Amino acid sequence: MSHTTAIGIVPTGPKPKKLISVERVIVYSVLLLCAVFFLFPLYIMVITSLKDIEAIRSGNIFIPTMTPTFSAWGKAWNSACTGLYCEGIKVGFWNSVRITFPSTIVSIAIASITGYSLANWPFKFSEAFFTVLLVSSFIPYVVMLYPLVLITRWLGIYSTLPAVVLVHTIFGLPILTLLFRNYFASLPQELFKAARVDGAGYWRIFFQVFVPMSAPIFTVAVILQITGIWNDFLFGVIYAGPTNYPMTVQLNNIVNSVQGGKEYNVDMAATILTGIVPLAIYFFSGKYFVRGIAAGAVKG
Amino acid sequence: MKANSTTSVSVRGLALSYGAVQVLKALDLDIADGEFLVLLGPSGCGKSTLLNCIAGLLEPSHGQVFIKGKNVTWEEPKDRGIGMVFQSYALYPQMTVERNLSFGLRVSGLAKDEIEKRVKRVGDMLQLGDLLQRKPSALSGGQRQRVAIGRALVREVDVFLFDEPLSNLDAKLRAELRVEIKRLHQRLANTMIYVTHDQIEAMTLADRIAVMKGGTIQQLDAPQTIYNKPKNLYVAGFIGSPSMNFLKGKIEGAGAKAVFHLGGQKIPLKDYVPDAPLKAGAAVLGVRPEHIQLDMAATKANSDAYKAVVDLVEPMGSDSLVWLKIDDTLFSARVESNQHFDPGQKVDVRFRINLASVFDEATGDRL
Amino acid sequence: MDRPNPLFRNLSSKIASLPMMLIVLGVFVGGTAWTVLFSFTNIRILPLFTPREWINGYVGLANYDRLFKTDRWMDCPGLTKIGTEAWQWKCAGALPNVVTYAVLSIILSISIGFLLAVFMDQKIRMEGVFRTIYLYPFALSFIVTGHVWAWILSPEYGLQAAVRQLGWTSFSFGWIADRQMVMYAIVIAGIWQGSGFVMALMLAGLRGIDEEIWKAAKIDGISTWRTYLQIVLPMMKPVMVTTFVIVASGAVRIYDLVVAITDGGPGISSDVPTRYIYQNFSANLGQSLAASTCMLVAMAFILIPWIRMEFGKKG
Ligand SMILES: Nc1ncnc2c1ncn2[C@@H]1O[C@H](COP(=O)(O)OP(=O)(O)OP(=O)(O)O)[C@@H](O)[C@H]1O
Ligand SMILES: [Mg+2]
Repeated sequence: MSHTTAIGIVPTGPKPKKLISVERVIVYSVLLLCAVFFLFPLYIMVITSLKDIEAIRSGNIFIPTMTPTFSAWGKAWNSACTGLYCEGIKVGFWNSVRITFPSTIVSIAIASITGYSLANWPFKFSEAFFTVLLVSSFIPYVVMLYPLVLITRWLGIYSTLPAVVLVHTIFGLPILTLLFRNYFASLPQELFKAARVDGAGYWRIFFQVFVPMSAPIFTVAVILQITGIWNDFLFGVIYAGPTNYPMTVQLNNIVNSVQGGKEYNVDMAATILTGIVPLAIYFFSGKYFVRGIAAGAVKG
Repeated sequence: MKANSTTSVSVRGLALSYGAVQVLKALDLDIADGEFLVLLGPSGCGKSTLLNCIAGLLEPSHGQVFIKGKNVTWEEPKDRGIGMVFQSYALYPQMTVERNLSFGLRVSGLAKDEIEKRVKRVGDMLQLGDLLQRKPSALSGGQRQRVAIGRALVREVDVFLFDEPLSNLDAKLRAELRVEIKRLHQRLANTMIYVTHDQIEAMTLADRIAVMKGGTIQQLDAPQTIYNKPKNLYVAGFIGSPSMNFLKGKIEGAGAKAVFHLGGQKIPLKDYVPDAPLKAGAAVLGVRPEHIQLDMAATKANSDAYKAVVDLVEPMGSDSLVWLKIDDTLFSARVESNQHFDPGQKVDVRFRINLASVFDEATGDRL
Repeated sequence: MDRPNPLFRNLSSKIASLPMMLIVLGVFVGGTAWTVLFSFTNIRILPLFTPREWINGYVGLANYDRLFKTDRWMDCPGLTKIGTEAWQWKCAGALPNVVTYAVLSIILSISIGFLLAVFMDQKIRMEGVFRTIYLYPFALSFIVTGHVWAWILSPEYGLQAAVRQLGWTSFSFGWIADRQMVMYAIVIAGIWQGSGFVMALMLAGLRGIDEEIWKAAKIDGISTWRTYLQIVLPMMKPVMVTTFVIVASGAVRIYDLVVAITDGGPGISSDVPTRYIYQNFSANLGQSLAASTCMLVAMAFILIPWIRMEFGKKG
């Protein structure tokens, strides 16, 4: 072996990096391909909603129109027909708002306080109660659909806004309570003790010590409830009654209505409008969103 | 039953169990006014549980708690006249230092100017002046713990409870704050009950130490007494580092003529300071490593020296720990590090019997 | 001083938990018990409540018997002879449909999700962007997802029409109008919505694995892909079990997606249990309750691996 070549290959300093390795190419291609698959429906939704009805009849679903128009969006919002009325999806939007807000607030209020009780102020049967709660959060909701029809009828609120709010609140409670209980239990117990030595009682500890340091869990709970309730369909159909149908139900009715021929551009515009609220929450809440939906995924 | 009026805190027959697990067992404890009492024991022996019972944060299953002569067994924590400092500081994270200090006072509805006065006084005492407007997250560990101590002080109560307040700090800060707490106690002369499992803290701070084990108090005495005359094998082994040597043997003879037989060698106990009359039988001789003297062997025939073989040497900086063997009994001696020993070497060993303890092997109690 | 009455200890706590207790006992425990109990009666539209009514109406397993004899619920003759020589596998109805959907979507979304997570774990650039793209469908309602996919898959205007227009005139992709294939079309939409979420769970699991494992494997000279399959995958068992429970419990409840894509069609060939249960509230309440109880049992089975993992550690 020649001395000079030997010196030439003696490794020294950082190892030279290959510019492109086969592995990297594969990794990025797979990721990009999947990204295309996931974005594809969004693309289709958007370009379809920007076409006019002629462009849809004659055109290709993949190819965007050269003359985009927002008229389908206006129609979807203001005057699309749901079979009975032609007032657009805005009715459903406001119904969804009226359903989502009270349900979210009431369920989080009850659940956070119950979770706090279970974590910090145990009473005789609180452990047993907790177990029942844990089991409840796994019961599929279909099992309780009919009993809840009976309960809301008995309360005289069946087919009204309060009924659907009540149902959403009820079904949100077990999982939210578990969420809050686990969070409060994970806070240092010594903090709770210090507050008690300082003379603070049940409500003061909750509002002045715990709530101010629980922003993350409240965020998660709000995301979980708003997206869950906004996206619900079944409870809206069963309990809300036609005048209170939430946006998802209205959307379904618009798409299925056969009055005056199918307008796919209007359907897609209505679909985007329905999806926009949870999408906005998703884009702005980042990591809390994953935690929120992960918690909610097991519910019912 | 009324507690003595010069006692500040007293605990009578206190027991607490979680289901079948008895954490505290019929515990009695009297703490004098202005006394600094340290609860010392291994992890899980029930120190925090006892402290929480005194504070009213846990309900005892049996027994009573008196503070200042008043039965407070069923009182709320805030009505007991106590302040408490926790290991994890437990500062309210969203409140500034000032609001942390004043939270309890505001809850009790104290007048604003009085609150301000007290916060200022405590702030000065603990040098928190510049920190008052900061949130706890912007403080160092030592500063946090000073705030936590301050929060107990502003309550101006008679009894302070500390639950391992220094365990989360590094060694240097711990030493500093230890001195600060001691100075505070001298100045305020309040009753303090202090939980720790750090022996040095216990020794330096305490007027009396209560050594606990499995929910009972093994010995309650001044630090020196606990160190020199541990009541039983458990206390003897727990206190002191490196720990006491236990040499198994038997006593022959009784009283001043008693002799301890260790292997083939005889150790006279005439200098021993007994708690109970010595009598013949199986026993354990407890000698601390610093109470054993070593000489190079075979210099002269010592009548009171014993032959041992060096097994291992552990240098520890200022001194060394020399592990020795007499027959099959292994024990350690502490020597200055300039003395040199080699494994296998034969040495003369001298026990300072006046500082040693002899325990009954059956009961474990000191004789 | 008297000992405080234990009834009033932590009174605020008890009062504050009261609404929740009433709801849990009244709705979750009570409602579930009612459904299960009255699935054994000849209940009609008029609801029954009392034990006497229960005893009078008791019909044993009659509702279950009729349910499983209803073609819409389950029509599973298996291999059937069609014509003289040809055989065909036939198993239709709401129950087989949901089983098909659940099995496929569990297998596919978990494997796609895991692979995506592994790829995402290769210290790639713009991880945040990819994550956002993969996960956004999960934020959408099934109704939204369903209508988009119904539009894309519609033979008249969707993919099939578009490809044919581009010149490949024999191209055929009409799954949502095909009785045999319609469930697979729904699976595609389900996968699209759910696998990003599985990816997020798996990625969290991968990131939770001790860095030292990787160093050890590297020193032992084990290749990256082997490490993933033989070392990391087994360590992910808890994440896998959680994911399985989440995906499976979502799959058996499927309803909105079907309503939006096909509304059970063509005919009733993509009917699913939740839809069946809801549609039979008025005509066949007894069968509806029986079907609900079946769902409860299915859920209990899905939870078994999770329960074994959570509570079986000591045993
Ligand atoms: N809520 C509880 N349920 C059951 N057992 C408990 C509970 N709280 C504490 N224990 C048990 O009580 C015993 C005493 O606990 P305690 O906290 O008083 O120990 P400690 O002496 O303070 O220990 P450390 O030095 O680790 O703080 C422990 O064995 C512990 O396991
Ligand atoms: Mg403790």
